[in-house]
Amino acid sequence: MTTKRNAESVAAAADFDKLNRDWYIDKAVQVLVFLGGISAIIFIIGIFVFITKEGMGFILGDFSFTEFFFSQNWRPTSENKATYGILALIAGTASVTGLAMLIAIPFSLGTAIFIAEFATGRTREFLKITVELLAAIPSVVWGFIGLALMNPLIIDIFDVPVGLNVLNAGIILGLMAAPIMTSIAEDALKAVPDRYREAAEAMGATRWQVIYKVVLPAAKNGLLGAVLLGVGRGFGETMAVLMATGHAINIPGSVFDSVRALTATIAAELGETAVGSPHYQALFTIGISLFVITFIINLIADLVIRDVRKG
Amino acid sequence: MVNPEMQFEVQDTTQNPVKLGVENLSIKYGSETALEGVSFNIHEHEIFGIIGPANAGKTSFLKAINRMDMFNPEMQVNGKLEFSGHDISKVRNVYGLRRRIGVVFPLPVGLPLSVYDNVALAPRLVGEKDKAELNVIVERCLRRAALWDEVKDRLDSLGSMLSGGQQQRLTIARALSQDPELLMLDEFSIAVDPVTTMRIEDVLKELKSEMTIILVTNLVQQARRLADRTAFFLDGKCLDVGITEDLFTGDVSNQRTRDYVEGRFG
Amino acid sequence: MFEATRINHKNLSRQNMFRLLLGGMTALLILPVILVLGTLIYKGAPVISFEFLFANPTNGMTAGGIFPALLGTILLVIVALLASVPLGVAAAIYLSEYAPDNWFTRAINIAIINLAGVPSIVHALFGLGAFVIFFRFGTSILAASLTLAIMTLPVVIVATRESLQAVPMAFREACWNMGATRWQTIRRIVLPNAVTGILTGVILEVSRTAGETAPIMFTGAVFFLPFLPQGVFDQTMALSLHLFVVSTQVPEMPEAVPYGVALVLIALVLLMNSVSIALRMYLRGKKKW
Repeated sequence: MTTKRNAESVAAAADFDKLNRDWYIDKAVQVLVFLGGISAIIFIIGIFVFITKEGMGFILGDFSFTEFFFSQNWRPTSENKATYGILALIAGTASVTGLAMLIAIPFSLGTAIFIAEFATGRTREFLKITVELLAAIPSVVWGFIGLALMNPLIIDIFDVPVGLNVLNAGIILGLMAAPIMTSIAEDALKAVPDRYREAAEAMGATRWQVIYKVVLPAAKNGLLGAVLLGVGRGFGETMAVLMATGHAINIPGSVFDSVRALTATIAAELGETAVGSPHYQALFTIGISLFVITFIINLIADLVIRDVRKG
Repeated sequence: MVNPEMQFEVQDTTQNPVKLGVENLSIKYGSETALEGVSFNIHEHEIFGIIGPANAGKTSFLKAINRMDMFNPEMQVNGKLEFSGHDISKVRNVYGLRRRIGVVFPLPVGLPLSVYDNVALAPRLVGEKDKAELNVIVERCLRRAALWDEVKDRLDSLGSMLSGGQQQRLTIARALSQDPELLMLDEFSIAVDPVTTMRIEDVLKELKSEMTIILVTNLVQQARRLADRTAFFLDGKCLDVGITEDLFTGDVSNQRTRDYVEGRFG
Repeated sequence: MFEATRINHKNLSRQNMFRLLLGGMTALLILPVILVLGTLIYKGAPVISFEFLFANPTNGMTAGGIFPALLGTILLVIVALLASVPLGVAAAIYLSEYAPDNWFTRAINIAIINLAGVPSIVHALFGLGAFVIFFRFGTSILAASLTLAIMTLPVVIVATRESLQAVPMAFREACWNMGATRWQTIRRIVLPNAVTGILTGVILEVSRTAGETAPIMFTGAVFFLPFLPQGVFDQTMALSLHLFVVSTQVPEMPEAVPYGVALVLIALVLLMNSVSIALRMYLRGKKKW
C-alpha cells in the first residue's frame, strides 16, 4: 500500500508550515490582481489630474467663472480679443440632450416594459438581442446617419433650409441612448420579485394594473438610474452631435436651429490649437467641466441603482 | 481475522500521541455563539466520534480545525487548537495545514472536472506529475471510497454531473487523495445507501492504521460501530467525552448524553 | 356578478390597448433603425469590393480603397487588447475572488462605472495630456490604443467579474479544503469555467474599440497617411475616423464612398457583437453543474 508519495509526505508532514513556492506564488498573484483592481481608481484620478494639469493655466490666468459659464461669446480665434464663453455651447448640449431624453425616455421605458412584462419566448429573445445590437452601433455611424439620411429628410418634411439642427441631433441621440436605457430599465423591472406580481394577480388585478400599481413603483429607482445613465450618455456623446447639430454657436430658439455642443467643440477645435495656448487650455477646461458633471450623474445613478439591489 | 495489534489500539488509543489538542475552544459568528469552552485531546490512530443534534456546533468545530474561518469574516475562533503540536492559529502557511487534513462536508461537491481529475487534483497541487503514480492514487482512493466499480469505465465524465451519492463518495476519494494525517468526515453517509455506507465504514476501520479520523455523525449507532472515543455536543457545548462504549453503557457525566444516545431527544 | 364582469371587461380592453401601445413603441424604436441599416446596405453594398477593402485610397480619398484605415483599426484594437485584457482580467479576479466588502472595493466599483461613463472626448483629452505629451509617446498607435484600452477597460472587467461570480462558491471551498491556495483554485477551477464568459466580454470590447472615434482623434489617428504604419510609435488611419473624414471633410466626395465605409464599420462591429451573443447562448445551453 505504501507508495513513493506516502514516504515523501511523511517527511513533509513535519514542516507543513514552511512557506513554500506555492505560498509565494499565491501572495504574488494577490498583489498583482490587487494592482489590477486599483488601476481603475488610478485611471479615474489620472484622467482628472491630467486634464486639470493641461487646463490649469487657463483657470489660474485671468479666468472669470461668470464669463466662462454665462457669456455666449465663444471667440477663441479672434484677432484682437479672444473670448471664451460657453453658455451657447451649454445651451446646445442641453437642448440636444433634452430633446433626446424627451424621445428616449418614453420609448425606452415602454420598450422595457413590453420586453419584461409582455413579450415571451422567441419574441422576447429577439427583442433583447436587437436592443443589444442597437446599443453597439458606433457613434460616428449615427453621426453619418444624421448627416446623410436625416438631414435631407428634415429639409423635405419641414421645409427648412438646413436639416442639421437640434431636431436631427436630438432624434439621433435619442435613438442612441434608448437601447442602453432600455436594457437597464428591463433589468430593473426583472429585479421585481415575481411573488409581487403573483400576489397582485391573485387579488384580481389585470396585467396592466399589476404593472402600473406594483411593478413600476417597485422598480422606480432602477428606472431612474436608467434615465440618469441615458442623460449621462447623451451629455457626453461627441461624434454624433458633432456631425448632426450643424455646429453653429447659437442659443436655439426652435428645434430647427443649428447648435454646437460642448463635446463637439473640443473635437472640432483641439486639432487646430497649439499645445499650451489659451484656446487649448480653454478646451481642457470644458473637458474638466464635462468630467465633473458626468462623474456626478454617474455617481447618483449608481447610488439609486445600488439602492434597488439592496432593497 | 482480527489483528491483535489493531485490537490493542482500539482499546487504548489514549496512550497514542496527541494528534489534535483542543483547549477551551469557542467559536462565534458575529454575536452568535456556535461553540463554547470545548477541551479534549484527539489521539493518533483513533476514530473520534462527535455526536449531537443539529446546531450543536459540530460542523463549526471542523471548520475551525481547517482554518475555514479565513474565508468568513463573521467567524471568530478563540481558544487553542494544536495540530501535531503546532498551534494552528499561528500557522503561516494554512494551505500546508489544510493539505494534511482531509475533510468531507455533508453537501457533496463534485468539482467540474473529470472524475479522474477530481481525485488527481490534490496530488497535482503538490506537484505530482507522474502519470503512473497518479493512476495508482486515483484507483486506490476511488476503491476506498467504494466508487471505483461504478466509475472505472467513465473516469473522464464530469464529477459535477454524478449522482448525489456518487459525488459524496467522490468527495471522500478526494479527501483521501490528499493522503491526510487527519481525516474529518461530517455526516458522510447522508446521501449514500446503507450497503455502501457499511463498505465505507469498513474502509475507515482499516484507514485508522494510517491516519486519525474525526467522525461527525447524527447516527448514534454509526459512532458506536466505529468510534474509539466519542464526544457529545449539544447547543454549542461539549457535554461528554470518553470511550464510546462508556457513553452507551457506562457512567456518563451528564444525563442528557444518555437521553440522546438512547433516542429520547435529538 | 354582472357588475364585476363589466369592470373586468373594461380592464381587459384597457390592458389590450396598453399592450398595443407598448408594442407599438417597441416597433417604433426598432423599425427606423432597421430601415436605416437597410439603407446603409442598399447604398453601401455596391462600392464594397475586393479593391475597396484592400487598396489604398486615391484621388484625395474619393476613389480607391480603405485598406490603411482597416489595417489601422485592427492594429489599434490589438494593441488596446494587449493592454486592457490582462489588466481587466486581473481587476475582475481581484473584485470577484479577493476584494472584501468595504469602502475601498466600493471606490473601485465607482471608478469602473465612471471610466465607462466619462465622455469619450474627455478620454481623448486625457490620452493627449498623459500619453502623447507627458509620457512622450507622441501621436501614435501606442498612445491611441492605451487611451482606448482605459476607456473600454470596464467592458472586460464587468464581463469577467460576472463570469467568475457565476462559478459556485462551493467549488472554491471544496478546493480550499484540499489545501489549494487561492491562486491554485482560481487557475484550476474558477478560470477554466469562466473562460468562455471572459471571451464574450473581450469580443464585446473589440467591437467597442473598433467603433470609437473621439478618443483616437488627437492621440494617434490621422485623416490621411500616404504610407502604412511601421510600428506602435507611428500614426495610423482608422476606419471610424475615416468615416468622419470622408463624410464631412472631403469636398466632392462620391456619395457611395461614405456609405461603403459606414457599412464596413458597422458590419465589423455587429459581427463581433453577434459572435459574442452567440457564444453567450452556447454557454447558457452547456451546463457543467
